[in-house]
Amino acid sequence: MTTHTTASTPEARELVLTMDGQEVSFSVGETLYQVSQRLRTEVPTLCYDDRLDPFGGCRLCVVEVEGQRNPVASCTTQALPGMVVHTRSERVERHRKTLLELVVSENPEARIDPLRGHASQELHHLRERYGVTGERMQGRKSGHSRPDDDNPFIARDYDQCISCYRCVRVCAEREGDYAISVKGRGFATQITVEFDGHLRDSACTFCGQCVQTCPTGALADRKALRAEARPEPIVATRSICPYCGVGCSVDLLSKGDRLVGIRPAMDGPANLGALCVKGQFAFDWVQSEDRLTTPLVRGKDGQLHPATWDEALDRAAAGFAKARDEHGQHGTYAIASGRAPHESAYAIQKFIRVSYGSNYIDNCSRA
Amino acid sequence: MSNPLADMEKPEVIFAIGTNMTECHPVAATRLKRALRSGAKMIVADPRRIPLAEAADLYLPLRVGTDVALLLGMAHVIDREGLVNREFMEARTEEAEAFLEHVRQFTPEWAQSICGVPAADIERAALMYARAERGAIYYTLGITEHICGVDNVQSLCNLALMTGHIGREGTGINPMRGQNNIQGAGDCGALPNNFPGFQPVTDPAHAKRFSEAYGREIEAVKGITKVQALDRAAHGELWAMLICGENTLVSDPDRDHCDKALRALDHLVVIDLFRTETAELADVVLPATAWGETDGVFTNTERRVQRVRAAVPPMGQAKPEWWIVAQIAKRMGSPGFDWQSPQEVFDELCSLSGIYKGLDWEKAGTAAYHWPVPEPGHPGTPRLHEHDFPTASGRGKFVRVGFRDPAEVVSERFPVWLTTGRRLQHYHTRTMTGRAGMHYFVPEEVLEVHPDDVAAWGLQDGQWCRVSGSKGAVEMKVQANDRSPRGTVFCSFSFGDVPVNVLTGAGYDPITETAELKVCPVRVEAVAR
Repeated sequence: MTTHTTASTPEARELVLTMDGQEVSFSVGETLYQVSQRLRTEVPTLCYDDRLDPFGGCRLCVVEVEGQRNPVASCTTQALPGMVVHTRSERVERHRKTLLELVVSENPEARIDPLRGHASQELHHLRERYGVTGERMQGRKSGHSRPDDDNPFIARDYDQCISCYRCVRVCAEREGDYAISVKGRGFATQITVEFDGHLRDSACTFCGQCVQTCPTGALADRKALRAEARPEPIVATRSICPYCGVGCSVDLLSKGDRLVGIRPAMDGPANLGALCVKGQFAFDWVQSEDRLTTPLVRGKDGQLHPATWDEALDRAAAGFAKARDEHGQHGTYAIASGRAPHESAYAIQKFIRVSYGSNYIDNCSRA
Repeated sequence: MSNPLADMEKPEVIFAIGTNMTECHPVAATRLKRALRSGAKMIVADPRRIPLAEAADLYLPLRVGTDVALLLGMAHVIDREGLVNREFMEARTEEAEAFLEHVRQFTPEWAQSICGVPAADIERAALMYARAERGAIYYTLGITEHICGVDNVQSLCNLALMTGHIGREGTGINPMRGQNNIQGAGDCGALPNNFPGFQPVTDPAHAKRFSEAYGREIEAVKGITKVQALDRAAHGELWAMLICGENTLVSDPDRDHCDKALRALDHLVVIDLFRTETAELADVVLPATAWGETDGVFTNTERRVQRVRAAVPPMGQAKPEWWIVAQIAKRMGSPGFDWQSPQEVFDELCSLSGIYKGLDWEKAGTAAYHWPVPEPGHPGTPRLHEHDFPTASGRGKFVRVGFRDPAEVVSERFPVWLTTGRRLQHYHTRTMTGRAGMHYFVPEEVLEVHPDDVAAWGLQDGQWCRVSGSKGAVEMKVQANDRSPRGTVFCSFSFGDVPVNVLTGAGYDPITETAELKVCPVRVEAVAR
């Protein structure tokens, strides 16, 4: 009797299903798409961003579940024990190709520069994978670009839009700003903002999240695109944002010696892919024309003049040595920066403590 | 922060005070908003109706500089309603009874008479926070930039200790640090009272250890703060200064005093990226490599130690700061500056800091460690105070604070409260955002004035006004908006052509010497221009 009771409780039933002939365990609440990702099955998606609630809009992630008449969207279907799932049967692949042809038929064939955004190549890659040109289906198109919105940060090329609503959802679900909305349905669908206006006049904060999640490059990083014509490859370097103390992980995009853009790191522990307008777009100061490029030394005329490093360092050291010799250990002070890295602050405090034996050191946190 | 950023999505009740988080820490705010989406409640206390206030379940519009009164009133209600977490108090705190006795005099009605928040709302806030299973406090410079900044923080600590909202997931006392590596500058010992790792210079054991490590006797006496140093310079009692990456003249309070101090020096060396207003006063200006050109380490507000990396070569002849400083030190005959790489500098820091002992350059590269990491193999400490507090007894100490007026209060001559802060698209004195197209959003400084005050004071939206205080006056344009309550105006300190710091700086917190940048009585008048 006891054995029977135990065996029938749901907790005791194993959470196992079969996917593409492979037995796989899963946890409560996982979707078939999440299970497929763990198996590295390449189920295609367009409306999916793993930071957003599943949407089930593009239907590309359809899979067959034995016992169910029609294919189901794997992103919105909960995994259940005993399911037998096929993710790449001929039937679903055919289905996906047709869907993709419908999607692509709405978009002009165009090269989408990867500088446009983090996810901008998704549709392009699927076109190549399924050999879809968009010529088979001809018809009306939805989404019209907004060249009139000439803000220098976000291009709104809605001719490339496929109405996946990722921009709408990221703005609501991740940012909590609800700046982006949808007007119309069907071929009349248009992604827009309040009063159909410009981003600057809306609730948009220019955090760039819509740009980074857009799978077609319809929303694009205009600042990065300034470097579109540069021939060098795009190199990404992982770093941390230089603004506030949240410490968002970013990838710095460079072409040759030029810093051309910033991407939020989707796996950044502090930001989980988010950035703000400063972190996303305010980087040009790094290679600004008015950066100091040589040491400067004040001359007898009272003006600052360019100097060699040796001259400048000799002059700097001589002044500090003189202050030490004439005024002792309490005649000199140093202020370290809260923006420079550790090595800067550490070196400066050591400079004071070793050169003067004092603790005449602070940083800029008091004001 | 006592708790990691991930915990921001987990409180049941959020208490945000003196933090304009959606503008100053926007990405952290997205995590709070997600907590709200999944059912958390939020209390926001701020003199201005900031965006966070719009998302709050309960908004407490307190008068500038009266946080202590509000928080004492809340403590009074928590005690009166029997919501003190006795078990936590007995096991983890000290001086609790004396504190409870102390707060019995501070009724919410008394608090209302000072801070202007209705007593009923003070009661609601206290009940919400104290009844929560997980209550978390978030604050920023709206708490610390006051003459009573330490009292403000202490008052928040008292609330957490009364309720036991500390040392657990989704709780804590969480200051949001304002600059990318301001936490790191302190961690590294760029402080007059602490060696690297917050080891007090007055402890002879630490002084001895650092003297040995650095090959030079270091006095076991606290240095002076930057505020005192500028004072001494102005009085001809300090002769040389090294300023790195700070536009002191624009960012610090009391600009005239600051200008006088820096000009009085015999020798000023500035290390910076730009020819800032401060650099213009220097004898020697040394060009540093920028973010994006420099390998190094930052520590964020949740004590997470992370690597920054060079993506592009330095501009011109710019050099990393550690190299520049080492070259100066070596020329003065100071030993111990033979580093060949930033890694050597960072690893030396780790070897001398108790909280970084278990860290090194490679581990910082994983971004997986929150300090303290007391020994190699230690996983780091995302959440502080889970078992004890860093006091002699290991217990959290209640502190009996009292309300004090700001250094200057409104008068017939200066009848308006000015409070200062940041706006979303700009950062400090705009050395960065001013060179990155952000003028598209905010091209110039404006004084935010309540529309009714605009009318009452004879001002016009978009026209010029003069803002005068006891130390000086500045002129800027008026922007009518109802974020500011009546009688309180706001501006940032981001624009060098509107040097708001000629007004601020009447007082300093006696312990931290942080300037009272959040409160300044002024007079606002229309001017023709």
